[in-house]
Amino acid sequence: MAASLVLPKLVGQRIKRREDPRLIQGRATYVDDIKVVGMQHLAFVRSDIAHGRILSIDTSAADAMDGVEAVFTGAQIAELLAPMPILTPFPSPDHRAVAVDIVRYVGEPVAVVVTADRYVARDAADAIVVDYEQLPAVVDPEQAMTGTPVVIHADFADNLALPFLPGGTGVAADFTVDDTVVDQAFADAEVVVSQRMVNQRLAPTPIETRGVLAHFEPGKGTMTIWSSTQNPHTLRTFIATMTGLGQDQVRAIAPEVGGAFGAKINIYPEEYVAAALSKRLGLPIKWIEDRSEAFVATTHGRDIIGYVDIAARRDGTVVGLKLRLIADIGAYNMLLTAAIPTLTMQMASATYDIPAIRATLTEVFTNKTPTAAYRGAGRPEATYFVERAMDMLARELEMDPADLRRKNFITPDQFPYTTQMGAVYDSGDYGKALDLALQNAGWADLKKQRDAARAKGRLVGLGLSMYVEVCGVGPSSSFPSGGWEYAQVTIERDGRISATTGASPHGQGNETTFAQMLADQFGVPLEHITIHHGDTGVVKQGIGTFGSRSQAVGGTALHLAGGKVKVKMAKFAAALIEAHEDDLVFEDGMISVKGSPESGKSFADVAKYAYVPVPLPKGLDPGLSEEAFFEPANNTYPFGCHISMLEIDRETGEPTLLRLVAVDDAGHLINPLIVDGQIHGGLAQGIGQAMIEEFRYSEDGQPVTGSFMDYAIPRAADFPRFELDNTVTPTPVNPLGAKGVGEAGTLGSTPCVVAAAVDALSEFGVKHIDMMLRPEKLWRIIHGGQP
Amino acid sequence: MIPTAFDYQRATSLDDALAKLSASNGAGKLIAGGHSLVPLMKLRLSEPTMLIDIARIPDLAGIREQDGTLEIGAGTVHHDVATSPVLRQHCPVVADTAATIGDPQVRNRGTLGGSLAHADPAADYPAVMLALDAEIHLRSSTAARVVLARDFFQNVLTVDLAPDEIITAVRFAPVRAASYAKLYQRASRFAIVGVAAALDVSDGVIRSARIGLTGAVSHAVRLTTVEAALAGCEPTSRACAEAARLAGSDLEDINGDIHASETYRRAMIPVFTRRALDGALARLTVQS
Repeated sequence: MAASLVLPKLVGQRIKRREDPRLIQGRATYVDDIKVVGMQHLAFVRSDIAHGRILSIDTSAADAMDGVEAVFTGAQIAELLAPMPILTPFPSPDHRAVAVDIVRYVGEPVAVVVTADRYVARDAADAIVVDYEQLPAVVDPEQAMTGTPVVIHADFADNLALPFLPGGTGVAADFTVDDTVVDQAFADAEVVVSQRMVNQRLAPTPIETRGVLAHFEPGKGTMTIWSSTQNPHTLRTFIATMTGLGQDQVRAIAPEVGGAFGAKINIYPEEYVAAALSKRLGLPIKWIEDRSEAFVATTHGRDIIGYVDIAARRDGTVVGLKLRLIADIGAYNMLLTAAIPTLTMQMASATYDIPAIRATLTEVFTNKTPTAAYRGAGRPEATYFVERAMDMLARELEMDPADLRRKNFITPDQFPYTTQMGAVYDSGDYGKALDLALQNAGWADLKKQRDAARAKGRLVGLGLSMYVEVCGVGPSSSFPSGGWEYAQVTIERDGRISATTGASPHGQGNETTFAQMLADQFGVPLEHITIHHGDTGVVKQGIGTFGSRSQAVGGTALHLAGGKVKVKMAKFAAALIEAHEDDLVFEDGMISVKGSPESGKSFADVAKYAYVPVPLPKGLDPGLSEEAFFEPANNTYPFGCHISMLEIDRETGEPTLLRLVAVDDAGHLINPLIVDGQIHGGLAQGIGQAMIEEFRYSEDGQPVTGSFMDYAIPRAADFPRFELDNTVTPTPVNPLGAKGVGEAGTLGSTPCVVAAAVDALSEFGVKHIDMMLRPEKLWRIIHGGQP
Repeated sequence: MIPTAFDYQRATSLDDALAKLSASNGAGKLIAGGHSLVPLMKLRLSEPTMLIDIARIPDLAGIREQDGTLEIGAGTVHHDVATSPVLRQHCPVVADTAATIGDPQVRNRGTLGGSLAHADPAADYPAVMLALDAEIHLRSSTAARVVLARDFFQNVLTVDLAPDEIITAVRFAPVRAASYAKLYQRASRFAIVGVAAALDVSDGVIRSARIGLTGAVSHAVRLTTVEAALAGCEPTSRACAEAARLAGSDLEDINGDIHASETYRRAMIPVFTRRALDGALARLTVQS
């Protein structure tokens, strides 16, 4: 290596993602690109009614088709697979991968066919005739809670999956509730604002739908399963359990994953069925979800009603908050379904020092697709409910929304701060983020612009929202499959670096950010580093990518593994250079005594020596490979402030977003360019929820937005140029000081856009508008009707 | 896409396509850009057994000017219409309308002829064809005929086109003072309401107005009441606003769906009629 090489420090630099060229050029390998000799295709017959008893399934026409390998009904699958497992501690009804007697939502699997050809698979599935006795369906959770017109699961009276979970002030560990303090706060309040708010149902719609290829090799007794998943190690655990194999006998691989947004954390019926049938038939079996299936068979997000009461003094001091949550979880509990709304409870204090909070949660079954994580997963809901309430309070008190928030902030000297909900916020400086956002938006001037536009008859409004997020999910007490992460760093014999991570990035850019970290740690070029992930045969252990944890938890594990191998490498270098290891520096591809680069050996030469150690330095074993598990002591709590300006067409009700100013604080940033990209995506989805996205059902449980013709997802052209900035408040929870950023954009944007719409329509006396901001809804407000 | 099985033939010329269509005995389904047909095949709502691909017939695409008349080949993709210098100069409303269709992927594949033949109730082109009083040129293996746009669109997805006929082109006298205004359905970007207005003005008087409406009822229709109200008026914003108030008042069976109720759609017809007329007036001003 040339001694003249000078490498820039990469951490903190805006480096383009190494992943992008292959993604942009169509050179990435997704599940559907993988083919195995003898591979069969799986297709599912799915219920086309929301609730019904299966009377008969006629498979004769499918059985008789050329190319059909096998047909299985739900009852036959039930002989191969135990009920669907879940990871939450709440009671859950029997849930079969393929329905046995009763179907409970449109899209629920009823039968499966296995064929050599994917087209024949669909033909055969279409040829299966299922006869149902139609049962009443219920799609409104508040209706479902009355137990009428139907109880969906016999053992769950009034369709209550989780009847009543209390949290907050005066709630003991055994969930007994003492309301004294909360009641007193409300009794003492000078003003109380109350509002029912709906956080509507959304379809995650990653561009790559789900897919799985299961390959059981009878000769070896092992299973390889490729799946479009966020957590291959969790997949391995459950596939092993459900197919009766050991975890040593299952290799799970997440190849390139084309987006997930939380919906690919769950382990789905199709994955279990593909694995079980591969084992049963001794054939590789692939299933690729089509888009119509994805709208009903992949978990949905949000769908939670909040009854919010906020109590304050006239000077704006918030003295109490009540949050009664009703979560519509759809027809079944999936792996983490029941846990998501508990995060909404956990974050009820938002960025505010609220002395008395009563939150309660009820989870309800309906005849709809089950819900689970969707980007933000519980935290955007909390942010929305509290921030909307703060806005309503500001309007009631005729206070500037920024001033009201500032008055109630948890202050920097209060961290670590334990909220009434029991969350321990690690660090924060909310006033700083607010100030920067106000400055970047030109808040005072913006208000003048708004007022000037209004004077001309235009309907222009401003919205402001704070948020605090939960990222870096850990420790193990906070996540049922473990809250740690794993990494291994190997210096190869040629001086290049292979690293493995238990994080399973699918758009987060960790192949780049992790390489940046290692490049700086070892003083080698980024190009000499390869990050391996998403394969349990390569990465020994892992938890996965969700909860905005890859950088904060996975990155730290990598940093620790790198540190260990660096210590050992320094010992080899010390022996070679005849120096003390503590005096060595790793810089510019060299390991040398600090201050005298001419003394050094190249990084590659030291690596080579470590693998052919003649002589072997005393006390050292050959080789340079170390691993680390990292268990954080706590979650991280990033935060920020989003401001929007929006105009509504007086004649048509069409809303147009004019500005979106975001200040986000994710702690130390490894790659600000990637952080910007994460924020952009989060903003798009958060604004999408506010403005154009809503998954809807008819009263009888038929999805009416089951295609992109009717379900709108945001496009670049829908937005103004986002104006981003950030403050930096490191976390003490990990040595990187990084908090995580993957979901943050969805938190502040949604309430701030709705607030702007309400502000724009304030002349009509409107105080709150439920999402989405459908033009007709806004037009009805403007033209004298109700939303 | 996992459709039912079908045979596929690619036509090399119009005559070849007509011969293949005739030989298929009614089984043949024409495909050009596929942006109406393929989504239906994907959902198995359409299960044709024979596709005849007319997307690569050289003479079927293109925009020509002849003796003061404009002709757009039926195989011309929306992007080429949207960016045509000839249309931009002589009849910009057609280019504007094409630019509002779908997204870039759709505009690079979808064709004018395909849109007209499919006649989605919310498609954009039918409105502008009505406003231009366009001729729709059809060919079968044995005959050629011309149908006026106002006679062509008959009902939901129903047009005056025999199974053995192909749309070859549309032809119209260019109108500069014409404009299209559209309320977007935010998922599909089809029109909840779309109005195309074309004005014939001379000596400071609107001699005639033609207004096409899409999205509101089963198929694109002319707003004849508004047209009649405008005839003889001065070309002013006030006159247009006055006439636009009448828009849709005589229409029955207005569409209502999850994106827009009947009430809202009805209310939007006058709004977008006035906007289309204002757009046409603005072009008149530029012209003079």
